[in-house]
Amino acid sequence: MADAGMLRFHVPEPEVRPGGTPDFSNVTIAEAGSVPRPDIDVDPRTIRDMAFSIIRVLNRNGEAVGPWAGLLSSDELLEGLRHMMTLRTFDARMQMAQRQGKTSFYMQHLGEEAVSCAFRKALSPGDMNFPTYRQAGLLIADGYPMVTMMNQIYSNEADPLKGRQLPIMYSSKEHGFFSISGNLATQYIQAVGWAMASAISNDSKIAAAWIGDGSTAESDFHSALVFASTYKAPVVLNVVNNQWAISTFQGIARGGSGTFAARGLGFGIPSLRVDGNDYLAVHAVAKWAAERARNNLGPTLVEYVTYRAGAHSSSDDPSAYRPKTESDAWPLGDPVMRLKNHLIGLGVWSDERHAQAEAEILDTVIAAQKEAESHGTLHAGGKPSTREMFEGVFAEMPAHLRRQRQQAGV
Amino acid sequence: MPRRTMIEAIRDAMDVSMGRDDKVVVFGEDVGFFGGVFRVTHGLQAKYGKSRCFDAPINESGIVGSAIGMAAYGLKPCVEIQFADYMYPAYDQLTQEAARLRYRSNGDFTCPIVVRMPTGGGIFGGQTHSQSPEALFTHVSGLKTVVPSNPHDAKGLLIAAIEDPDPVIFLEPKRLYNGPFDGHHDRPITPWSKHELGEVADGHYTVPLGKAAIRRAGSAVTVLAYGTMVYVAQAAAEETGIDAEIIDLRTLLPLDLDTIVASVKKTGRCVIVHEATLTSGFGAELSALVQENCFYHLEAPVARVAGWDTPYPHAQEWDYFPGPARVGRALLETMGA
Repeated sequence: MADAGMLRFHVPEPEVRPGGTPDFSNVTIAEAGSVPRPDIDVDPRTIRDMAFSIIRVLNRNGEAVGPWAGLLSSDELLEGLRHMMTLRTFDARMQMAQRQGKTSFYMQHLGEEAVSCAFRKALSPGDMNFPTYRQAGLLIADGYPMVTMMNQIYSNEADPLKGRQLPIMYSSKEHGFFSISGNLATQYIQAVGWAMASAISNDSKIAAAWIGDGSTAESDFHSALVFASTYKAPVVLNVVNNQWAISTFQGIARGGSGTFAARGLGFGIPSLRVDGNDYLAVHAVAKWAAERARNNLGPTLVEYVTYRAGAHSSSDDPSAYRPKTESDAWPLGDPVMRLKNHLIGLGVWSDERHAQAEAEILDTVIAAQKEAESHGTLHAGGKPSTREMFEGVFAEMPAHLRRQRQQAGV
Repeated sequence: MPRRTMIEAIRDAMDVSMGRDDKVVVFGEDVGFFGGVFRVTHGLQAKYGKSRCFDAPINESGIVGSAIGMAAYGLKPCVEIQFADYMYPAYDQLTQEAARLRYRSNGDFTCPIVVRMPTGGGIFGGQTHSQSPEALFTHVSGLKTVVPSNPHDAKGLLIAAIEDPDPVIFLEPKRLYNGPFDGHHDRPITPWSKHELGEVADGHYTVPLGKAAIRRAGSAVTVLAYGTMVYVAQAAAEETGIDAEIIDLRTLLPLDLDTIVASVKKTGRCVIVHEATLTSGFGAELSALVQENCFYHLEAPVARVAGWDTPYPHAQEWDYFPGPARVGRALLETMGA
């Protein structure tokens, strides 16, 4: 073999950086309605190509087309639109509250509302999500009180978590929302364990694991895939590919391999990609995967192709690492606008009703915010007792903690 | 009363617990069909089926992480990490997830798991089969850490750990699996079948977490030890003839401080023995607590005997292992001899 010369180190880079012109022309997007809908007991080996395509229902004209369409009624779609609009309004108010110093931190869902809102409606009562910080739509779509969410964000006296967690790290067993960890990917294998327990107990409940594209690089993502495939756990393994892990583009975690969904192929797990900005497609795929899990057919890996239109968090400035207009150039559009246009096309919605709904939702969110703020914000008003700091480390407080609590004078 | 090895006693504890509560599940690397590399889980799969006792992939973070999810569901997983040295990939799950789940969710989710792992040296295990990582757990809020020293306690403590509503790290001194060991590696070992502490009652009983045991009453000096070091301390006391009171801590967290303080106030002296490396080891915490609580009763500085601050060497194992000679010297120095 000829002398290959010096080795060169390779670091992937995104197509463009700030100042450049966004270009998604290299992103292959399947036509809406073009990807088949296999039976839930399909042999995973026969649908490997679905890990490289994108399941879409809504076409450019706002019509629902193809084999994944027709699963939701107009009323259900109107409800879904309201959930997404509520989440967006909630986000905007809480982002503003952070800027006003009422809380330390906030994380928005801008552009990703369809993923969690539509997924929630594919689950049954008792199922359990193991979410990241960007799935509050699971709570909104399940009717969890916004005031309680805000109380948690404000760490006020009514915070159900007693001020122990960062804002937006909600927990609600009742609403199938596992306590959020700040350590990335840890919840992914925990979801598989929960699903294994359900199977061990001959229960009918399933779990849903959530992770972002960047965190798929964590070893717990791979641990989860190993356990899920080994034990055929009844779990839906969700990967939300919103293109950016703070400033790190998805290619750093993905490398040169095909897609995040393709990570499931080596485990024999049916792996699908779906248009994450298409409420109907997300719901249809989630329902397909949930039915597989519930019918003892094992895990499904779903990659939601979406775009984080906002900042990673209130501490982030995306203009430092990507073009400001990149969000507008994203070829899969805005999930709220797409569902709105679809419903207008169906004749069950209008621009006027949409504007009216926006106003109503804003009033509702503001009313919730006022109620939450009556219990205090991070730096003003009521807050959890310092005594709470010592409670709940263990079921029963051991002597050394009791001594420390006494030293603290509480 | 039947006599059992510590291996048999621990197996019996899981057997009793699985028989009483179908929420108890046991899994880990090799623990199912084969019964574990130390055979601790031998026979449990045959008796309770593959959904109650099963093999896990070689993935410690996966074992502990999935156990956390199972516990959140409502099961009571009792998992095995094949050697304590292998727990490091699972450390994040143990310390930031299992330990904090109750606290961060205000009790919405809890984590009643037990993580068993063979610990300590004396088996020519080298650097990656001999470590004693207890201080890495006692430093973490939300974990309980248990180290039994004999079959009777091992069974009772493990049943108590499985029934405990919080996560428990259960460190099994593997040098004690088949009999007590006094650090004299060139002498025959007394098997548990000939030792009174090998007596293990049938059926259900518990040894409460957080309660130490006085293994040897004495008035001259208090020795704080746990696991294998309890026997090394006993050998040292007998060989030096010093009237030492030896306390087997059994649970490091929660710690039975009352028993420690009462003993040190009585004797006025304290020697701490553990196998883990000295610096920032659990002995440092014990020393500080004794100093804080017994300062005006102390007649000599608190002494520590521990592993050296090196990785656990293979060929020099008996130079590393805190044996009766080193403990004996510490006792004599503490007594001013």
